[in-house]
Amino acid sequence: MSLAKPAMRGLLGKRLRFHLPIAFALSLVAAAAFKYGVTEPRKQAYADFYKQYDATKEFNNMREAGIFQSVRPTGE
Amino acid sequence: MMSSKEARSLKMLHLTTGRVGCLLSKQVVVALTSSGARMSSHGHHEVSDSVDMSQPMYWDRLDTPLPDRPWKDVLDSTDKSLKQKEKGPWTALSKEEKIALYRLKFNHTYPEMKRPSHEWKTVIGGMFIVFGITGLVVLWQCHYVYPPQPHTFGEEWQAKQVQRMLDMQINPIEGFSAQWDYKNKQWK
Repeated sequence: MSLAKPAMRGLLGKRLRFHLPIAFALSLVAAAAFKYGVTEPRKQAYADFYKQYDATKEFNNMREAGIFQSVRPTGE
Repeated sequence: MMSSKEARSLKMLHLTTGRVGCLLSKQVVVALTSSGARMSSHGHHEVSDSVDMSQPMYWDRLDTPLPDRPWKDVLDSTDKSLKQKEKGPWTALSKEEKIALYRLKFNHTYPEMKRPSHEWKTVIGGMFIVFGITGLVVLWQCHYVYPPQPHTFGEEWQAKQVQRMLDMQINPIEGFSAQWDYKNKQWK
């Protein structure tokens, strides 16, 4: 009948001291992963697309395909 | 072991009867009472299943450890003498007496309250049965309730729709048209 007295105080503090640094670290890792896994490649993809983009040429392609109502293909 | 646990869980439902004999204190009960198994009397309860809510209640709850009344409040003479002894210095109490006093005050210990059960099997099984019935209902409804599909769901229309989306260059950077190879007229 001689068990050690269990911890009666400081339980929340102990839990926070353990979990908060881990929580902060994981949040930072998640943010960094999203930035370098998603947003940077996306920005690069948009930059690459518009480097070689000719708006007039694309417009004429779309016009010939017949999707516009205001300007019909050159044939009609 | 199993049957006594099941018996105890069934008996929990009946507030009128109880059993003192638990695995740990069986020998204590035999030592302190005249017979092995006996009724733990809860004098004021009705015989029917309803409980008088105007009286202090006993409960076994993990989140509320100290109920309004002790487990056994109708004590026989041995219990009464033990309670008298409790009024003196507790160092005079033996280990068995302390356990007996605990068992007078409480029905289940925390480990006993937290004991695992087979309830999850019933829950999962019931869930799957309900899923199955729902599936049958959905099947019947697909056949008998839904109107014919719109014409825009047809193969030809869908093909013309995809072609028009590619002509408009829908999401040409990371999305739909980005997957289409315009030079070779095929999907990448």
